[in-house]
Amino acid sequence: MFACIHAQQVPAELSLTEFAYGFSPVVEEVRSGTVVIDVEGCELLFGSAYQLGKEVAQRARKPRTEGGVEITVSVAIAANPDAAIHAATYLKGITFVSPGEELACLGEFSLDRLDYSLIDVEKKVAGELLETMRLWGIRTFAELAALPVAGVSERLGQTGLKLQQLAAGKTERHLKVKQPEPVFANSLELEHAIAELEPLSFIFARLLHQLCATLNAYALATNELCVSMQLEDQTTHERKLSLPYPMRDHKVFLKLLLLDAEMHPPQAAVRAVSINCEPVKPRVLQNGLFVPLAPAPDKLELTLARLAKLVGEENIGSPTLLDTHRPDAFSLKHFTLATKPDIRKRRKIDNRKLATGNRPCLGFRMFRPPLRAIVQADQGWPTQISAWGKQRSVYGRVVHLAGPWRTTGDWWRDDRWARDEWDVMLERAGQQTLYRIYREIKTENWYVEGNYD
Amino acid sequence: MKAAVSKVELESDMASRFGDAFRLHEKSVVETLSSGIDEIDVLSGGLPRGSITEIFGPASSGRTSLMYSMLAYATAHEETCALVDTNDVFAPTIATETGIDFDRLLWVRCAGNLEHAFKATDLLLHAGGFGLVMLDLGDVAGKDARRIISSWWYRFRRTVEDRPTVLTVISEEACTRSCAALTLELKGAPEWSGNLLQHNAIRVNRQRPLSPWLHESQFRAIA
Repeated sequence: MFACIHAQQVPAELSLTEFAYGFSPVVEEVRSGTVVIDVEGCELLFGSAYQLGKEVAQRARKPRTEGGVEITVSVAIAANPDAAIHAATYLKGITFVSPGEELACLGEFSLDRLDYSLIDVEKKVAGELLETMRLWGIRTFAELAALPVAGVSERLGQTGLKLQQLAAGKTERHLKVKQPEPVFANSLELEHAIAELEPLSFIFARLLHQLCATLNAYALATNELCVSMQLEDQTTHERKLSLPYPMRDHKVFLKLLLLDAEMHPPQAAVRAVSINCEPVKPRVLQNGLFVPLAPAPDKLELTLARLAKLVGEENIGSPTLLDTHRPDAFSLKHFTLATKPDIRKRRKIDNRKLATGNRPCLGFRMFRPPLRAIVQADQGWPTQISAWGKQRSVYGRVVHLAGPWRTTGDWWRDDRWARDEWDVMLERAGQQTLYRIYREIKTENWYVEGNYD
Repeated sequence: MKAAVSKVELESDMASRFGDAFRLHEKSVVETLSSGIDEIDVLSGGLPRGSITEIFGPASSGRTSLMYSMLAYATAHEETCALVDTNDVFAPTIATETGIDFDRLLWVRCAGNLEHAFKATDLLLHAGGFGLVMLDLGDVAGKDARRIISSWWYRFRRTVEDRPTVLTVISEEACTRSCAALTLELKGAPEWSGNLLQHNAIRVNRQRPLSPWLHESQFRAIA
């Protein structure tokens, strides 16, 4: 059974749909001031269909504070939603249309009252058909319903049949249910503040489970999680987790949140937790058959988070060269899986292979920070080098050297650099090692930058 | 006979608790990844996947040149690579010249902490999906490298054996003991042309697996 609630005028600040949700979760908003609800199974709550209609009309008249909308509504209950709409729109008070007796109630309605928009018929087409019917002398719903089906189909086509079914209250359709806007956020206030991470993980798990269930229900995923924690010292601890790929696995989210909380713990005990996310479409990817295996995105994110906890966030990632000639100028960016080969890079590699005959380049091991060195020089040429650092020491007699090569840059900045570089081969205990050393022009200090390997 | 029967009985009793712990794992056909240097590939047959490859030698012996070459080849062939840099010596400004695709390289800098380096390698191997994982111990002193407990190497060997990952360890002295499937010793001899460093002539000696005929090769890294 379906119940239609109709109001002549609804104030702009009131929503008849919200009012209808008080009776059934299956609500169709037909137009402003008219809604249809599916009342199947509501007998246990409201009694018979007539009692339900009475309850709707009474509650609608109540003030807003008591769940009403402060207006008078017409209510019609029928086995067919379209029959209920017609009855509620044109009959005042409470109307009960018995199943199979729709025409007894609606039969005398003029054809002008036939709401063809309910069956998605265009205005122009419906107008032409109704005009034809009027020329035939059809004036009411009952007269239209009494026409032979075969004759209507032959002369007016399928649209004519639909109009006839609408007039007879025999259309078959589902309600166009208006879903409430999904909320991708969850929060929980705690009775007692939590100071440790382990009990907090249970709170995270519960909130994330609900959040991921909502995402799953709407076939969505998220690539950004925002966690906000109200602390006991009246401050708010906020963290934002950006993911390279949309995901919706609550176990992965939980581990990522816990690793993040371990790295950035809240400064006081937590009184309330709220988690919200930005819903996006899930990632759809079809890998090629001959593409080498790559780490699973969720596992990779977890591994990166664990590595960040182990060595520090600033020490992991993909190296990116900076647009400068300054020695050892690079930055680290978040590591993400490259899905497609970069044609330009491939071409560059191929060109390099052609230029070098596919021979490898001499490797270099950079000392960070460079080792401060004591260099003995003969007429400006280094002859003996000794340098000691925490992890390594370099000393020996220079047996071969090349240079100097002067490099300078950023002369307009405070941190400008200018230096003379040398490639030297040191001999120590019969072993020869290649190093790059340099002398800073400004300070005239010598450094060992690294060794060729 | 009685002892043999009791062993079988014991194994069948414990199989329910320990699964296939008593079953001998048969090694499947070894897949390899090229090192990017033809001479090394001819000598070793390529870097075996699912195994540890050890490359050792003193400073300036060509270990880093070989590492760059391996990374360049693997990234060019769409493998995801990881470099665990124990002493933070990787030089991106120079490595870029060798053609390494940095978008496919995860660089983990351990700032000299050996324990972090091993834990990071373990995490990467367990994540799976990496084609090449390099553990650079090149600047770890020989005495420290020798002190690394064997269980780490056994653990790594067990972790990679069912995965298509090449775990390469670069060190000053051989330290993986019997866990490496391929061990290469490098020795470098810089060649100068007048006042310029021209090449580093790198001699490669295959220490493991032993072979009576081909066990030595040489290549040059251009400066």
